[in-house]
This record gives sequence, C-alpha cells and structure tokens, in this order.
Amino acid sequence: MEIFGFPPQLILGQVLIGLINGSFYALLSLGLAIIFGLLRVINFAHGALYMMGAFAAWMTQAWLGLNFWAALVIAPLAVGLFGLVVERAFLRSIYHLDHLYGLLLTFGIALLIEGMYRYWFGAAGKPFTTPDVFRGIWDLGFVIVPKYRGFVVLASLVTCLAVWLLIERTRLGSYLRAATENPDLVSCFGINVSLLTASAYVLGAALAGLSGVLAAPIYQVTPLMGTNLIIVVFAVVVTGGMGSLSGAIITGYGMGVIEGLTKVFYPAASSVVIFVVMALMLLLRPAGLFGKEA
Amino acid sequence: MKFKPIMTAALVAGTALSALPAAAGPDAIKVGLLMDMTGNYSDVAGRGSVTAAEMAVEDFGGTVLGKPIEVVHADMQNKVDIATSIAREWFDVDAVDAIVDSNMSSAGLAVSEIAVEKDRLMIMNISGSPRFTNESCNPNTIHYVYDTYALATSTGKAVVRGGGDKWFFVTVDYTFGHDFQAQAEDAVASEGGETVGSVLVPLNASDYSSALIQAQSSDANVIAFATAGADTSNAIKQAAEFGIGQGDDRQLAGLLVYINEVDALGLETAQGMLLTSAFYWDLDEETRAFSERYMEKMGKMPNMSQAGVYSSTMHYLKAVEAAGTENYAEVMAKMKEMPINDFFVKDGYIREDGRMMRDMYLFRVKSPEESTGAWDYYEKVATIEAEDAFTPVSESRCYLLKEES
Amino acid sequence: MLRSHVLPVLALLVLLCIAPLVFYPIFLIKLLCFALFAAAFHLLLGYVGLLSFGHAAFFGTGAYMCAQALARWNLAPELALLFAVAVSAALGAVIGFLAVRRQGIYFAMITLALGQMVYFIYLQAPFTGGEDGIRGITPGHFLGVVDLSNPLALYFTVLAVTTLAFALVWRIVQSPFGMILEAIRENEPRAISLGYNPTLYKLAAFTFSAALAGLAGGLKAMSFQIATLVDVTWQMSGEVVLMTLVGGIGTFLGPVVGAFIIGGLEQYLAQSALPAPVILGAAFILCVMLFRKGVAGTAKSLLQNRAPKRSTPDNPETQATNRIVK
Repeated sequence: MEIFGFPPQLILGQVLIGLINGSFYALLSLGLAIIFGLLRVINFAHGALYMMGAFAAWMTQAWLGLNFWAALVIAPLAVGLFGLVVERAFLRSIYHLDHLYGLLLTFGIALLIEGMYRYWFGAAGKPFTTPDVFRGIWDLGFVIVPKYRGFVVLASLVTCLAVWLLIERTRLGSYLRAATENPDLVSCFGINVSLLTASAYVLGAALAGLSGVLAAPIYQVTPLMGTNLIIVVFAVVVTGGMGSLSGAIITGYGMGVIEGLTKVFYPAASSVVIFVVMALMLLLRPAGLFGKEA
Repeated sequence: MKFKPIMTAALVAGTALSALPAAAGPDAIKVGLLMDMTGNYSDVAGRGSVTAAEMAVEDFGGTVLGKPIEVVHADMQNKVDIATSIAREWFDVDAVDAIVDSNMSSAGLAVSEIAVEKDRLMIMNISGSPRFTNESCNPNTIHYVYDTYALATSTGKAVVRGGGDKWFFVTVDYTFGHDFQAQAEDAVASEGGETVGSVLVPLNASDYSSALIQAQSSDANVIAFATAGADTSNAIKQAAEFGIGQGDDRQLAGLLVYINEVDALGLETAQGMLLTSAFYWDLDEETRAFSERYMEKMGKMPNMSQAGVYSSTMHYLKAVEAAGTENYAEVMAKMKEMPINDFFVKDGYIREDGRMMRDMYLFRVKSPEESTGAWDYYEKVATIEAEDAFTPVSESRCYLLKEES
Repeated sequence: MLRSHVLPVLALLVLLCIAPLVFYPIFLIKLLCFALFAAAFHLLLGYVGLLSFGHAAFFGTGAYMCAQALARWNLAPELALLFAVAVSAALGAVIGFLAVRRQGIYFAMITLALGQMVYFIYLQAPFTGGEDGIRGITPGHFLGVVDLSNPLALYFTVLAVTTLAFALVWRIVQSPFGMILEAIRENEPRAISLGYNPTLYKLAAFTFSAALAGLAGGLKAMSFQIATLVDVTWQMSGEVVLMTLVGGIGTFLGPVVGAFIIGGLEQYLAQSALPAPVILGAAFILCVMLFRKGVAGTAKSLLQNRAPKRSTPDNPETQATNRIVK
C-alpha cells in the first residue's frame, strides 16, 4: 500500500519525527503565550533564552562537572533568574508604553545576548553529547527513533500538561488568568499584580531554558541556535493565535508534523511550509486557530 | 532658523564617525584583511587570520625594500557594502598594497574587482567559491587555500579509492549545495563509484533526522554532507545520535569541515568522519612548529585558512623583495614564477588563473581513545595530488587560461 | 509644518552636495540608500502606525530585480530601477494583503515571518547565485546621458533620485490621503464611521512603502554593482527599525538622521575593536529605555521648549513616543 507513491512507514516515521520538532515549537510557543498573556509583550529574546538554556547545560557539565539531570534542573532555574533580572531592570519600565516597544526592547536584548555569547564562546559552539542512559536507538520497525528523542517528546508533553494544569486548574493560575483579563480589578482584590507579571516572565523564560537543555544533545550548542528558530515559532504563534495556552501547545505539535510531512512530499518547500500555513490561516481566520480578534 | 545648527550637528555627528583615518606615510608596505571579527565566521577566520598575517610579517623581519610592513584589518560584519567601501578606502587613502583575505565569497569577489580597478593585489584564503578562478578570474587575484571543487573532488576520489563506492548525499538546498554535490558526484563516478540517492535540506534547518533516515534506508556505504558551518555540525551530531557512521558499515564524509567545527562537536560525536583539508597542524615538524607558536597567541590551533594567510602573506612579501617593487603586476609575476615551499605547502605554484596548486589531504577524525590530547583530532588517510584535486585547465572557465592555450 | 522643515531640508541638501569633498561618494551613496529605505519603513510606522519587521524583503527584492535587469537583460538604469520598484510594489501588495488583516504586534510578527519566507525563496532561486550574489553589473548611462561609471556622477544621480523620492513621500504625507492614514492611526472606528475603508488605505500605504524600499535596494545594487542575500535577511529588517528608532519616530527627517548615524557607526565599528552586534543590541535597548524620541525628535522638542507657541498637543511625535499604534 502506498500513499501518493510513498510507503506508509516512511510517512508514519516522519509524523513521529515531526512530533519531536513540534515538542520544541510547543514549549517555546507556550512560553511566549504565557508572557504575552500577562505582559502583552512578544518576547523576541525567547530564542536567546533558549540558547542560554543550552549553554547553561553545557556549563553545568563542563564547569561544574554535573550530569544531565542536574542540568535539566539548574539550567531552567538559571535562565528563569536571568528572566527575572530582565523583567525587573528593563521590561518593567516600559509597560505603560505601546506594546511594540516591548518587541523592540526584547529584540535588542536578543542581539546583545547573542553577541556576547559569540564573543565569549565562539561562533562554532560547544560539544554536548547525549546522556548515557539515552544512548542508542529504538527500532520500531517502520522507523528508527533515538532513545533520547523519545525522552524529549515525553518531557515536553509532561511539561506542557503540567504548565497547563498549573494555570488552568490552580489558585495561582486563576490569579494569573484574572490578571490577564483585568489587571486593575485584580489589584483591587489585594493581589500583587506586579509579582504575577514577574512570575509570568520567569516561567516563560524557564520554559525556554528547559527547551534549550532538551535541545543541547540534539542540536549543536551555538550562540545562534535560537535565532532562526524564533522566527518559525512566531509563525506558529500567529497561526495558533494567542487566545489559549492549549492552542499554543496544539499548534506547536501540529506545525512540527506538517513540517515533517513536507520533508517527504516536497522537500524544497520544507523551509517555507510553516510560513505558508500561517499565510493561509490569515486568509481564512485572521485571528488564528484559537485566537480572539485583538 | 534655529533648526539648522541642530540638523547640521546631527549630520556631522553621524558622518564624523566614519571620518577617514589620516593616511599614514606612503613608505610602507601594507597588507589588509577584511574579516568577520565578531560574527558567524569569526572562529574560522577573524582574529586568528589577522594573527597569522602578523606572524608572517614578524617572521619576514618587519621590513621589505627598506620599508616597514604593516598589517591592517577591519571587521566587515558580513556586509558586502562595508567590505567594498573599506577596500576602496584602503587602496585610495591608506595605500594598502594587497588584501590578503576577505570573508564571504560575495564580498571577496567584489573586492577582487576593486583590486583590478586600483591595480592592487588580492589573495583569497577563507572563501571556497570556484568563481574566483573561473568566471570571475582576473590577473590581480590569487585563490590560495582551497575551493569547493577541490574539496568535493578530493573527497570523492579518495573515498572511492578507499572502498566507499555507494554515495548518498545530504545537500543544502541552494546553489552552493547543488554545485557541491554535482562536483562530488562527478568525482565519485570518475573513480567507478555511484550515487545511490540524495536528499535536499533547507539552509539552517537544524533538524536532519528526516534526511538521515532516508540515508539510512539506502544501501549507501558513504553518506556525504554537501553543507557548511552550523548545518554540517548539526547533521554530524544527529548522525551520531541515529548511530550512523559509528559502529555500522557506513562512513560519513563532510565535504567542507573546518577543524574548529570538529573541536566544537567533540571527538565522541565526530569520530570516524572523513574530510578533506589543505592543512592539519600535526602533519610534521614544520607544521607543529608554526602551529604551536600560533597556539601560544590564540589559544587554539590554526585551521587551513589561517595557516594559508601566513603562507600567502609570506609568499607575497618574498615576491615583493624579489621584484624590488610593490607594483602589483611585477609582484604577481614573481608570485606566479616562484615555487612555494614552507610548512603549509610543498612545491606549490600559482597557476595563470590565480589558482595556487597544492596537494590536498583526506583525513579521518580520531576516536576519543585514539586521541592523545587537545586538538589531536585527525589521522591522515590519503593524499590527493594537486592536478587531481583542482579544476583541470581543460575544464576551466577562466579567460586567462583560454588565452594561453 | 511645512515652514519648519524647509530650512533643515535645504541645509541637508547643501551639505549633501558638498559632502563628496570630504567623504567617499560610495559611502555617501550607501547612506542615501539607507535613508530612503528608512523613510519607506517610517512611512508605515510613523504615519500609519504599522511596524513592519520584514521590510528587508522589499529592499532585497529591489536589489535583486535591479541587478537582474542590469546584469542579465542589459536594461538602461532608469528602466532597471522602475522594474525593481514595480516588482517590489507587487510583492508589497501581496504581503500587505495578508499582513494588514492584523495590527500591532501581530502585524510585526507576520511581516517578519513572511519576510523570512521571501529570504528562503531567494536563497533557493537559482538566479540569485546563492552566496556569490548577482554580479557583473555595469550601470551604464542614466537617461542615456549620465555616465554612472564616474563615482561623482553616480552619487549625484542617486542624490537626485532619493531627493525626488523624498519629495514624493512629503507630498503623500501632506495629501488628503496622508491625512486619512493619520486619522486611521488615531481612531480607526471613527475613520470607518466616516466612510473610509481602513484596510484599503493601509494596503495602499504598505504597497507604496514597499515600492520605495525597492527603489532604495535597486539604487544600492546599481551603485555597488552587486546584489546579495545580506539585503534580504531579517537582520537588515532589524537594522532599518533601529535606524528609525535612533533618528526619531514621527519626524520627517528622523529616518534620514538615523540612517546616517547607523551607517556611520557601522563604518566606524569596522575599524575599531568593539564587537558590532553587541553595540547595535545595546543601542536598541538604550533607545527604547531612555531615548524614545530619537535624535530628530529630541532636537525638535528642545526647539519647541524654546519657542513654546509651536508646541501643539496633537504633535504626532509626542504621541508616537508613547503609542506607536493605537
């Protein structure tokens, strides 16, 4: 049996691989959506934070001599802490301005961070290998999956679910959601909105840092690893709309799969397929799949 | 009315930053390098190339024809317009005699044309575009270290001779990759090998699993990456993850790999890969002597382009001395006449089209167990003779060679 | 409004006419091209309130089309420029059609993504020559008389074309069309209730902005005799944002000042030991945090403090510093 002249095993394999890339899209767009929800800032520095997460993982191994699991905890914390500094020192003082200034500011921060990292660590990057537990591959018959990639999909799904539960099902989450809807009213109830805003940015940054650690064994750890990714993630975010967190997650995985399939059916378009899907979405539903018209 | 002085001030402030530096005394021999000092290519060229040029000047003795030798450099920031406007300024105002390297092929080709216009000399070390000695060749330009034709051809021929006769290409999807693959395919076929498949990947794709699975399901025994820079690094890293090229019967071949990239990947990931290079620091006594001096200054070993900057600058200075003038035409004649023998190249010579003809080497990346320490990365597998590696005169598209024949 | 601009504009023109005595014509040409590019970008940001993060797509299209027409079709330079403008405008109409459906941050992200798509298309299209770029351009004779191989003739041709383009921008900003654009920026629902179709007006402005950016790119390709991928990258889009930010959003001459400062800064950084990307990133942060009016905006408000009668509450730049978009 063949589908459009391609064996189904190949297609199934590409779907699985697309899900792995989708894991990164989902984690990153979820972080962007959380930040946007409270700060109304599109965090252009998200790619740089992702890169910092990968480098933090390298540092915990190379400098502190700790293992991958330690990196998985330390790196998101470190990036989250950095996010706190950025929020307090820079973003805080521009909330009253047009939201576009937030975009411009974080763009500048991204350039600065990437420039500094290139200056310190060189453009070619640093070595990072797969943790020993996840060495090797699973042969599923129709496709070969490196064990580590299986772990990435699992880790990403669990994290997305946990964050979603945190925000949709807990008291803290209800404050966050309320502050998104109407910050003034929420502060009248004696809730510290400023703290909520900061924690939203820290959470988003930590998610980007976590994606970075997860990416370090797969992608070469270089100062530019987040630069091209962030533009793709922006397209994912526009396609999904900023309306819901679950929307960001689902669109992330979905776009990964679409990209994976394009690599089989028409490889020449795989670099642009996500942008084309975004353009089509704008024609059909300008607010995005899960978006409310802003 | 009051607006004018402020506008004037703004304009002056803006343009004063670019004020031309005062021209130094004309009685110096100057070589310039237009390098990416802080961007993506700063590891493979950048400060290291400038240091190599400075070492050459120092070793030459600092003066030639009784004039001091100076090295100038600029950060061209990977922008063609910056590179060209600085090249013009160097030639016109600073009386720079030769530009001995420039990042980016587009900038290098443009600078080479300016050299023609200004009657100066241009040596290309870092870029590998075959255009320099084909369509865009000119009497003012030397292409010194390598070009993509030589890398593809050398790897193709040497690997097939070593038994790797069924090739699968993972190719970056634009002109560079297409040409690269075509050249390698020709070389593979010329030695009796065959291409069993290929897949195109977008530039900066970062994920290569799809391509690697296709490569794995083919019956190829060589998987070649017609890619560059971060793309190659990602592809090699993920090939290791999929268990390709390590412990199976397939070999990986990177068509364009700098030692800096192997360093950044680590031996555990890169081990077993085949690659072609014009230089490796640990070939013999002479290469080690130079490289260890370089290491003291830079903290890392030189790659082929950085060593090439030293060698080509030295050859240029020797030619100036032999010609007794800095006039480009006479110096160029001497450079093409004198054979090159130093740590970098043995019995090298510069062909009429500007191509420096030298032997290329096929290397295999060592495993962590084989390596005895930092930068002990390569093992030499084969030598490809210059005439075998570079574009033969019969296939050249350079008018300078056509006139000759 | 008009009077306050006459003197600075004249002063600038005089300075630009004598500038080749001090600076390289080719360097000045680069500044002029960037100034026109920034003005095209600012037409959208300053007067319609739309921040495009993908304007390099039009700049690069102009460069590639002009190079293609000059190098391969041997068109006359003025025809090559017209061709560049036409194709950029057409691309602008298509991208604008998609992008103007959303505003603010979404608009910025959409233009960034579509700009990246255009980059990939040029990267993969064989005619652009990949990293080598389109080469072998001979500019020829402008209008059949001006020999563009002479650097000074080239410079004054570029100066004349950019001055004309700026006059056109000025004319449009001051026209009823420009007024409606500003009305839409200030209060879109009200403009709708007055019977205007904001989407159509925004699309027209976007297309015109794209055409101007294409002209800037075409001029640059013609002058530097090369068109490369650098001009289509998102970094170039970011740079034009920075130019406008440094110069001052909402002032007519702001983009020019900004382009001159950033162009000059890059040239300066080339010969200094400072890392250029870090400095440009820091400039972005500084401008947003402390210097939102930009050089021209600050200069103007300094003047207005001295002559308070000129200060009016509806000055576009004072509003623009707090709200770029409604």
